[in-house]
Amino acid sequence: MASIELRNVRKSFGMVDVIKGVDLEVRKGEFMVFVGPSGCGKSTLLRLISGLEDITSGDMLFDGKLVNALAPSKRGIAMVFQSYALYPHMTVYENMAFGLTLEKGHAKEEIRQRVEKAADMLQIRQYLDRLPKQLSGGQRQRVAIGRAITRDPKVFLFDEPLSNLDAALRVATRIEIAKLHEEMNQVTMIYVTHDQVEAMTLADRICVLRDGLVEQVGTPMELYERPDSIFVAGFIGSPKMNFIAGDKAEKYGCATLGIRGEHMDIKNDGLWEGTVIHTENLGADSYVYLDMGQEEPVVVRLDGAVTYQSGTVLKVSPQDERIHRFDAAGKPIR
Amino acid sequence: MTTETLASSTRVAAPKVKSELMQQRIRAARLFLIPMLVALAVVAGWPLLRSIYFSFTDASLSNLEAAQWVGFGNYLRWTVMESGAVRYRGLLVDPAWWNAVWNTVRFAFISVAFEAVLGMVVALVLNAEFKGRGIVRAAILIPWAIPTIVSARMWSWMLNDQFGILNDLGMRLGLLSQKVAWTATADTAMTAVLIVDIWKTTPFMALLILAGLQMIPKDIYEAAEIDGVHPVKQFFKITLPLVRPALMVAIIFRLLDALRIFDLIYVLTPNSSATKTMSVMARENLFDFDKFAYGSAMSTMLFTIIAVLTIVYIWLGQVRFDGGDR
Repeated sequence: MASIELRNVRKSFGMVDVIKGVDLEVRKGEFMVFVGPSGCGKSTLLRLISGLEDITSGDMLFDGKLVNALAPSKRGIAMVFQSYALYPHMTVYENMAFGLTLEKGHAKEEIRQRVEKAADMLQIRQYLDRLPKQLSGGQRQRVAIGRAITRDPKVFLFDEPLSNLDAALRVATRIEIAKLHEEMNQVTMIYVTHDQVEAMTLADRICVLRDGLVEQVGTPMELYERPDSIFVAGFIGSPKMNFIAGDKAEKYGCATLGIRGEHMDIKNDGLWEGTVIHTENLGADSYVYLDMGQEEPVVVRLDGAVTYQSGTVLKVSPQDERIHRFDAAGKPIR
Repeated sequence: MTTETLASSTRVAAPKVKSELMQQRIRAARLFLIPMLVALAVVAGWPLLRSIYFSFTDASLSNLEAAQWVGFGNYLRWTVMESGAVRYRGLLVDPAWWNAVWNTVRFAFISVAFEAVLGMVVALVLNAEFKGRGIVRAAILIPWAIPTIVSARMWSWMLNDQFGILNDLGMRLGLLSQKVAWTATADTAMTAVLIVDIWKTTPFMALLILAGLQMIPKDIYEAAEIDGVHPVKQFFKITLPLVRPALMVAIIFRLLDALRIFDLIYVLTPNSSATKTMSVMARENLFDFDKFAYGSAMSTMLFTIIAVLTIVYIWLGQVRFDGGDR
């Protein structure tokens, strides 16, 4: 259990500024997700917290204590890497026990119990004698998580742990991680992903990063309902929020009008008119892409399987209370 | 246990019937192999067989065609004296030969041991990130790139008892009380040869080990960093086991090379019984002494000894040439 505080943290690699002054507080026992497009600095930020990279300036505090120069192994953290980073020549058991066997003051029996407890949590007990190469990707990632659990960390760091897994495994492992967070509710977890669905489903709070700066921090619902910028509005939620500019926006007194696909209705007396370009039918819901003379097609999300012939002209209306208005600088007008 | 299938168990045995594509590939592979097999047969196979054949004859360099079959005579023959005592002669009881074998084996093991350790150190340094790494990597190869004859001559000047720079340095620094004839003295000749060989071939070893080091994923060191593994432990518990396959192959290359060492010794310490190796002695007999058959017998023995040592090494070291156990 630890709270983490970042004060004006910066990181440069040579001439390139990657993190440009981040202030952030991660609370005790919280599941915080860093999300953002590639190159936004989210992985770097995680590596700064882990201590694998030194911060260029600013302060990092764990439980109020400065850890700027503290070695990773002394921070009470465990990390799960995207590539698993298992020791290829050691069995699953040895991988999980390695850190503990090197630390002084752990009896063999205690180590065995801790490894087996973690293995049971992740249902990998039967693989303890195997080498990583004898395991599938999902199993390897569970071993990597198991290795982290065995260390009994105060802070759990995940660096895009699911991106090397296929879609079905990703969902299954995501649920396991959510379960893990419930079981280990004393442990602070920080999770990096570029997938906003992972962020929405796992996080207590999400930190949206953009270009080395924090764009917004909040619960998934806060970000979904009250985005602080056009960037966050466009990044959170699937399908992406529609942005409508020009006359249609001016009528609502804003430069850009944001409306999510699920907050639009097709009606005969609809406000706007558009031509169907394409319909994506997903079974439970359908996405209808409309050409409304905007830069990008406007997506309308409908429940159930609905198909419109391409070229059909439809009338749609936004739900007024769900409209997001942004000024020319991309900031919300509330 | 039964719910999950192992990756290895899903690999079904290859089907008996080979597809057309597979057959095509096998044909292509054979076609590509032919030139190399022909070249090997001509430049390695044929001379080897000829040497082995001559070792069972009384061939002389001046008249190879008139060679007569003498069986194992060159290796071992005996005459019973009138007194009843038996006198053995031949390669297997030649003390000069066994001295050469001992010299070679000693040279090979000491030089390869030093080269492996130093090569590992150099490789670790070159594997680290620092400015000008590319230049250093290229520079370190220079000793290996210089032809042996040239570097041997260069060193023989440096080691010269009267004018050599090593004696001069040693005297000035007070390390030596008198000038040493490094290459001429029986006590130091082997040391001198070893120093030059280690200087020359460590870069080659380093290069092979470096290739192995670069195969190790970087992220496991970060995992080790978080596990709090001390750098020394990281080396022995992670780097060494993972680079071992590459290291073993590098050692075998060097061992094969060192066991047939010729040029360095031929230039640096000619005719010194303290350093005379199997190859040097075989050449001497083949061409200088006109004992062609006897020299052939030595060459054959040399081949046999190298083959046996290599097989023993591969067996003991469990060397795998398929890229190790990763």
